[in-house]
Amino acid sequence: MSTRTLVVVGHGMVGHRLVEALRAKDVDDQWRIVVFGEEARPAYDRVALSSYVDTWRAEDLELGPLEGADLRLGDAVVSVDRDRRVVTSASGAEVSYDALVLATGSVPFVPPVPGRDLPGCHVYRTIEDLDAIKATVDRSTRRIGRHSGMVLGGGLLGLEAANALRGMGVSPHVVELAPRLMPIQVDEGGAGLLKRLVEKLDLTVHTGTSASSIELDGDRLIAKLTNGLELDLDVVVFSAGIRPRTDLDLGLPLGPRGGYLVDDACRTSDPNVYAIGECASIEGTVYGLVAPGYSMAEVVADQLCGAASVFPGADTSTKLKLLGVDVASFGDAHATTEGALEVVVNNAVAGTYSKLVVSDDAKTLLGGILVGDASQYAMLRPLVGKDVPAGLLEPGGSAELSLPPDAQVCSCHAVTKQTITDAICAGVCTDVPTIKACTKAGTGCGSCVPMLKQLLTECGVEQSKALCEHFDHSRAELFEIVRATRITSFTELVGKHGRGRGCDICKPAVASILASLGNGHVLGGEQATLQDTNDRFLANMQRNGTYSVVPRIPGGEITPQKLIVIGEVARDFGLYTKITGGQRIDLFGATVDQLPEIWRRLVDAGFESGHAYGKALRTVKSCVGTTWCRYGVQDSVGLAIELELRYRGLRSPHKLKSAVSGCARECAEARGKDFGIIATENGWNLYVGGNGGFTPRHADLLVSDVDTESLIKYIDRFLMFYIRTADRLQRTSAWLEGLDGGLEHLREVIVDDSLGICADLEAAMAAHVEDYADEWRGVLEDPEKLARFQSFVNAPGTPDPTISFREERGQRVPVLLGIPEVAQ
Amino acid sequence: MTPVCELSALRPEQGVAALLPDGSQVAVFLTFDGSVHALDNIDPFSGAAVLARGIVGDRGGRPVVVSPVYKQAFDLTTGACLDSPDHSVAVHPVRVRDGVVELT
Ligand code: SRM
Ligand SMILES: Cc1cc2nc3c(=O)[nH]c(=O)nc-3n(C[C@H](O)[C@H](O)[C@H](O)COP(=O)(O)OP(=O)(O)OC[C@H]3O[C@@H](n4cnc5c(N)ncnc54)[C@H](O)[C@@H]3O)c2cc1C
Ligand code: SF4
Ligand code: FES
Repeated sequence: MSTRTLVVVGHGMVGHRLVEALRAKDVDDQWRIVVFGEEARPAYDRVALSSYVDTWRAEDLELGPLEGADLRLGDAVVSVDRDRRVVTSASGAEVSYDALVLATGSVPFVPPVPGRDLPGCHVYRTIEDLDAIKATVDRSTRRIGRHSGMVLGGGLLGLEAANALRGMGVSPHVVELAPRLMPIQVDEGGAGLLKRLVEKLDLTVHTGTSASSIELDGDRLIAKLTNGLELDLDVVVFSAGIRPRTDLDLGLPLGPRGGYLVDDACRTSDPNVYAIGECASIEGTVYGLVAPGYSMAEVVADQLCGAASVFPGADTSTKLKLLGVDVASFGDAHATTEGALEVVVNNAVAGTYSKLVVSDDAKTLLGGILVGDASQYAMLRPLVGKDVPAGLLEPGGSAELSLPPDAQVCSCHAVTKQTITDAICAGVCTDVPTIKACTKAGTGCGSCVPMLKQLLTECGVEQSKALCEHFDHSRAELFEIVRATRITSFTELVGKHGRGRGCDICKPAVASILASLGNGHVLGGEQATLQDTNDRFLANMQRNGTYSVVPRIPGGEITPQKLIVIGEVARDFGLYTKITGGQRIDLFGATVDQLPEIWRRLVDAGFESGHAYGKALRTVKSCVGTTWCRYGVQDSVGLAIELELRYRGLRSPHKLKSAVSGCARECAEARGKDFGIIATENGWNLYVGGNGGFTPRHADLLVSDVDTESLIKYIDRFLMFYIRTADRLQRTSAWLEGLDGGLEHLREVIVDDSLGICADLEAAMAAHVEDYADEWRGVLEDPEKLARFQSFVNAPGTPDPTISFREERGQRVPVLLGIPEVAQ
Repeated sequence: MTPVCELSALRPEQGVAALLPDGSQVAVFLTFDGSVHALDNIDPFSGAAVLARGIVGDRGGRPVVVSPVYKQAFDLTTGACLDSPDHSVAVHPVRVRDGVVELT
């Protein structure tokens, strides 16, 4: 029974975490929780706010649902009576509390530039702010050239805002008062490189200056800078820092830089009132990062449950990838510790800068800055305050690093190396996904994931890339071997590059590679013996040993005449019939002997294999699009059919699914697909790496507003790149997540052709399209292949006596098979 | 002595099923080294008569067939399931005489 009431003011990231933490710790439900949130929507992932411009879908930023709290959204707390312990909200609600937690966050700081309130001037903090910026850009009447914008502030947030503007088709000017970009995190050397790198990306950087005024000129904005420059703009974004939000006046002392002053237990001078997150000044320091806020939330949840707990201090390290440029800064990055030494490597040619800060005796690592290449960050950050590993400071600089057990590996969730290695050694965690699931490490910003992989290796969990006991190579390596050597058979491949006679892992993988590289019919010669269950008979095996038949219905479009044929075939062979989730029809219960007879009827009527059995293209789903739908902006059915016919039969590491929607309403669910296309007024948006299934993932936007020809070119390249480099049975979603450099890298390869392989990828796809032939027709035309579709070698035509059916809802379904006695 | 089929009807690493006079079924395999093996065709994990349709290869050098349903491996020479010590399938002695595969 809840006996006490907690009121939380502010439903932001930290307030949300507090509720989660308290619900987990308050096992006997002592606390009733009331949360007031001024924003009308529930807490969302503000850290990922900038990704909103990729999709404009607020749902993508949602945090988990808030359970076990009375949530009052769109209702700000306007006053607190600490004597009576009652809060009053804007709607007039009064709630008494036993404990009050202030989690009001911050407000953007807008310098007092004349003109800062003009229409077209914005801040960058909430989803609504981004909507407003977009509305300004959309309204702008500029007809010639790109839109132009100014971001005031060249710190971390300013650069993020500039990137977001770029995503809206605006060329941004970044104006920073300090003499360099990111003055808090990066030193002069690093910032110089950073500036050069971002200027290559259509950003104009003005440092050492600020705006002196902003004026309206017709419907345009003119900003004057203190260095005399004038900028002609469509939009202005202020990103000059944040201030703790303390407009709710409780008569409590504030810290030296604002913020409700609290002790190391997050308690204000009133023992019933706490403050956490960005509005708290914890022993005088205000943190503008989410991880310290989360630790404060945990501390308060502990206190409320009667446990003594104090704020452990915070790691203000940052790593980000802005506009494709790595920047990381950790520990005492600016070498403020007395006697600190700096080791700088500035490689102008490679475009990398690194600085390590060590103690005066060069024994302890204090901090560092990495620009251009931050791959060492995950290993170095946890070593701050620990011994400098041998070899690290030598020219060439990397070393075999081993962390002490108490080093914090994941700072988002405060997980130490010990916790992770314990879980690995106990056998609970065997790979990165299981570490994420059981320790939470790696589930925040993701920057510690490389370290998790290294810990697995350190604990002796072999992250072997070997496909199986027969090959030491990964699938991607085997693909390259087969491509380069033009080996065409498993026997030759295993003889030259492997050992033994193969197994159920390597044989289907090699079969898939051979098929992707076009080696004739998948049941031709030795290939038949490599195929996995379903490919072996070009049909999906069911629980009783019978098969299902799925003819291709491109885009889900079918004539009544063809529907009738399917109906007739199903009736004549007594097949159970079901509409699949892939916009086509599945016919179940065929025996091996029946498969060719069924397919002969279907092929004669113009059907072909739907590859429901293969690791190959399944379906390209479509919505009705412009032809019928009053909202459609492009012909989604036409494109879906074109794509399905183009990629049919394409063998890949795992199955491939696609969909095309005719407008942003997305009725075809394209973002759940390996490649999904959504129509826009101007063309198509291409999304990649979506997945339903076991671990659903929304696809990421790869390119937008492209015409059909470019779209197909990008899909060709995407699919072929995936086919060449993915692991066996790795869907595009997992492949993309594991790809070094992620989506940005993929875009470089596919769109900018950074590896110079696009022509090759396109040629490979052209060859596939050219060589395509229906697999089932191939079987029907070849007596030798046909002969294998029989139940018994010594009794052709005799049906398997173990198969029997019963009736359910008017159709035949399998009789459950008895399992034979276990023979010991 | 039950003749099953001509040896020429078998292809390396591609099993076939044969129906026996008592209505039971065997799965017959020719391995890459030319030897012939026969197991019960019923997969003890699913009850389906499908072992003949599994992938043939080796595990640590032992010749195996992998059930097409849930992928357990069975030793072709002993019938033992290598993934579960509690399961196995019966092995049928075979020989090849005058180009004909016979169960003995
Ligand atoms: C028939 C169908 C269910 C239905 O009656 O609607 C189906 C049936 C099977 N699915 Fe599915 N899936 C079917 C749509 C889906 C969908 C929905 C979709 O495609 O829009 C999904 C989620 C979307 C996705 O894949 O991202 C789906 C996710 C899976 C998964 C999980 C994949 C994953 O990445 O986690 C498997 C297992 C696997 O592939 O390893 C699977 C595997 C299977 C297999 C092949 C399992 C097997 O080996 O026996 C089933 C046999 C089909 C058969 O015998 O014909 N099926 N399956 C659907 C066939 C669609 C088609 O026309 O081709
Ligand atoms: C674009 C952007 C990028 C960022 N990137 C990073 C990053 O990479 N890494 C990182 O660690 N941090 C990052 N941050 C900072 C991070 O988002 C914040 O540290 C975090 O959101 C703070 O959480 P909070 O709950 O304290 O405040 P908030 O999330 O701001 O939540 C406070 C909530 O309280 C509400 N509120 C205020 N007053 C009242 C009242 N009187 N009554 C009711 N409700 C009230 C507000 O409306 C708000 O919803 C970023 C922030 C932005 C804007
Ligand atoms: S996605 Fe758009 S075009 Fe397609 S059916 Fe839905 S509303 Fe119509
Ligand atoms: S450090 Fe951010 S997820 Fe681990």
